[in-house]
Amino acid sequence: MPPPRFWLFSVIQFPGSLDDRDMRFAFDSVLKASARLVWHKEPELPLGTRAVVLPGGFSYGDYLRCGAMAQYSPVMAAVRRFAAAGGPVLGVCNGFQVLCESGLLPGALLRNQNLHFGCEFVNLRVERAKPPFSSRAVAGQVLRIPIKNGEGAYFAAPEELSQLEANGQIALRYCDESGAVKEASNPNGSVANIAGITNQRGNVLGLMPHPEHAAEAAIGGTDGLFLLGSLVDAVFGAESAR
Amino acid sequence: MSDRKAPIVDLALAREHGLTDDEYERIVEILGRIPSFSELGIFSVMWSEHCSYKSSKKYLRKFPTRGECVLHGPGENAGVVDIGDGLAAVFKIESHNHPSFIAPKQGAATGVGGILRDVFTMGARPVANLDSLRFGPLDESLHQYLLAEVVEGIGSYGNAVGVATVGGETQFHSCYAGNILVNAFNLGIVETDKIFLARASGVGNPVMYVGSKTGRDGIHGASLLASAEFDAESEAKLPTVQVGDPFTEKCLIEACLELMETNAVIGIQDMGAAGLTCSSFEMASLSGTGIALDLDAVPQRETGMIPYELLLSESQERMLLIAQAGREEEVAEIFRRWDLDVAVVGRVTDDGRMRIQWQGETVVDIPVDPVAKSSPELDRPIAAPADLGERQKFDLASVAPEDDFEGALHELLDSPNLGSKEWIYRQYDQLVQGDTVIRPGGDAALIRVRGRDGEPTGKGLAMSVDCNPRWCWLDPRLGAMAAVAEAARNVACTGARPLALTNCLNFGNPERPEIMWEFAEAIRGISEAAAALETPVVSGNVSFYNETSGRAIFPTPTIAVVGLLEDWERHAVSHFPQPGLSIVLLGESREEIGGSEWLAQRRGLEVGLPPIVDLQHEKRLHGLLAAAVARQLIRSAHDVSDGGLAVAFAECAFAGPKLVGATVRLPCTIRPDALLFGESTGRVVAATSDAKALIELAKQSGVPAECIGETGGDRLSVGPIEGEPWLDVEVALLHERWRGAIPRRLGES
Repeated sequence: MPPPRFWLFSVIQFPGSLDDRDMRFAFDSVLKASARLVWHKEPELPLGTRAVVLPGGFSYGDYLRCGAMAQYSPVMAAVRRFAAAGGPVLGVCNGFQVLCESGLLPGALLRNQNLHFGCEFVNLRVERAKPPFSSRAVAGQVLRIPIKNGEGAYFAAPEELSQLEANGQIALRYCDESGAVKEASNPNGSVANIAGITNQRGNVLGLMPHPEHAAEAAIGGTDGLFLLGSLVDAVFGAESAR
Repeated sequence: MSDRKAPIVDLALAREHGLTDDEYERIVEILGRIPSFSELGIFSVMWSEHCSYKSSKKYLRKFPTRGECVLHGPGENAGVVDIGDGLAAVFKIESHNHPSFIAPKQGAATGVGGILRDVFTMGARPVANLDSLRFGPLDESLHQYLLAEVVEGIGSYGNAVGVATVGGETQFHSCYAGNILVNAFNLGIVETDKIFLARASGVGNPVMYVGSKTGRDGIHGASLLASAEFDAESEAKLPTVQVGDPFTEKCLIEACLELMETNAVIGIQDMGAAGLTCSSFEMASLSGTGIALDLDAVPQRETGMIPYELLLSESQERMLLIAQAGREEEVAEIFRRWDLDVAVVGRVTDDGRMRIQWQGETVVDIPVDPVAKSSPELDRPIAAPADLGERQKFDLASVAPEDDFEGALHELLDSPNLGSKEWIYRQYDQLVQGDTVIRPGGDAALIRVRGRDGEPTGKGLAMSVDCNPRWCWLDPRLGAMAAVAEAARNVACTGARPLALTNCLNFGNPERPEIMWEFAEAIRGISEAAAALETPVVSGNVSFYNETSGRAIFPTPTIAVVGLLEDWERHAVSHFPQPGLSIVLLGESREEIGGSEWLAQRRGLEVGLPPIVDLQHEKRLHGLLAAAVARQLIRSAHDVSDGGLAVAFAECAFAGPKLVGATVRLPCTIRPDALLFGESTGRVVAATSDAKALIELAKQSGVPAECIGETGGDRLSVGPIEGEPWLDVEVALLHERWRGAIPRRLGES
């Protein structure tokens, strides 16, 4: 049974968001969970919002620093309140950058080590399989999902990094086909091959790969649904349990 | 007509503007007086080669431009082709060669920006980019730099506006050492009842300016940069190159598409070459109206700009539109929401004149049509190049036969021309908008088409851009024909039916008779092929003066063909998808090695005649491919082109997600090297699980076909039916050489 129409996945649309409609399509048409684009100048999230998604793109043209301007968009205050109340917030690519710039996630995204924008399918090892973002996967599972970014090298200072490791906040790592995390399988120079992290509470996830571009069998495969589908399950499950 | 702060207009100043003495006389005649400085500027850009097509007009009229599916052909911002379901594909290819040589990153980036505007101006959402690039030899550091910058420029713009770059081609040759080519293609999708044209109708309707503010950049980009050849002083033209802002473009796309959902807009045109001038003249001319403009209302980025500058600036990301009178505020509201500048800068009038005011004075008052429509048309002298016979002279018997087939294949795959272009397309977002079915690296790109509700329709569009400039140099007519045939064949290999084409005609200095001859011959070849293959020319662009210090590029008419697949899920890929399939060769292999890659690379010769192009065969072949893919008789289909059969087999083996070897045994009645590396046109390597049925269908279609082997194993073995194979090599090894061809030369492997 699909969730009722008034449970909403709000996909934030900044000026310069590019994968916003793709993200809505993945939730709305593929996963049959109502998703709506929410203009960044809105002061509040729409009524019924059960999850917030910050999509990929070049918000504000990536001027100044990737994600640096978007954190000041009016809607971000509402997103911060939503996250603080425990609501699930997913940031993909530029959305991840916005979450780091907003302080909702630790660390930062730097220029790719080889200095080039890179668009390719990569292997990701699921580090933890748990709601709300990865319950459909199993720990150690390898997902094939594309990346496309110029500034995707995740960085955290050593003490921050050990905190992330200790708290189990590392969600996804770049790996090879067999799941081995190696230097050669790190596409952009991310520290510890990190592709995605959560906040300490686990309700905010940022990742560089694009699960919405791996949501249909004939177009990029369906591995992205292990992540997006988990979020749908989390929202649906949480609501049914109420 | 006074123009404060302006120099005195005379013949000398007109010449400095690139106008001829005759042209200046005509201007004086049209106006009945000496033009003002601003007026002189207007005439110089509108009558430049780039804007007026004065050398090429006579020939361009010969193109077949009509067809069942053609909704709008040449003359609009881009071609529009009906694809059913109330939808149309809007597409065009355009050059940005000279700016990209002077300022490669910005030049290439603004090339992408310009072609995007041509497409969304018509109401279409841009969905796919292709790029056709040509550089000098990759072992020269200048060209390593130019490649890196151009690719970064294309990526920086295409990636940031959210339009996937789904394919293209890149070649390296010494003829481009002093003049690279950057041709950008874009395709958009529009609802057939929401197509917008560049019209300024309805007297009294407001002329509105939207987008970025106007600055001093790009003044005379069209007249001085694009309409003259390069020399040692070309760097001084740097200020004529514009600077792109993809973020503004993205906002502009969304705002314009939103606006077009209302019926508040009547006509719209991007401010491209020659900016405000060209767009306003074109719109008024196409509607038989006039326009009164007030330059003080134009949003300006710099202070103290004079009318001449405001009118000729090529600042990027600007559009001019005609709105319904009384709905100005509604239009403005949409642009303000996207934080874009918007201003009413004039009104449509009924007097057929362009009247431009600045600081309370009339600075321009000229009739529209003589500027826009009666631009000079030249009939330049033509003559075949004196050395044409020399170029074409070739005796195969005098060429030493290949004695190392494996070595030859390795060398060809390792060359930048045939090697993998992954280093390039990896830097492009190939996925955004979520519709890329076949990504770069195949024969043609394939995207699925969404309908008005944003849901996929089931239809797919395939597209490919191609040209073999060496063939065009040896025989421009045959070479141009072959380019059309190859682009259409690539599209057909996916299973799509080729619909129409757009072309970018890159040539040298048209003032030289042999260049005009090449041009005329190429037009003939394109026209013949477009007619025979029923792929009319719907849009295009001419780029002359591609030469440096008197040395021209090879004639390079790049052709992009777009084809329709009724059911995108039923398509063929270009690589062998799995072991255990039969390999069927469609088409005939002749002893044609003139102008081939093998001859150039292994024997250092660029001579001979290109292969013949049998257009009737080509048409039958494309029909066969569509039928076979629709019946799911073909699993993969790959066009045989540069490097011949040997390279085609190798590409089939390693271009997929998994390496799949093959054993091929060929009947051999010609020289083995000509069989393996000859580039006879009209051939496709197909993989099928039912060779018998495919060959039967081919027979019915009148296409020669034979089963020549099967897929499987981890080696590629190619040989005669009896006797030792010519080559037998591990696919992984070939793959490694092929993948490293470009990064190795850039020191990035």
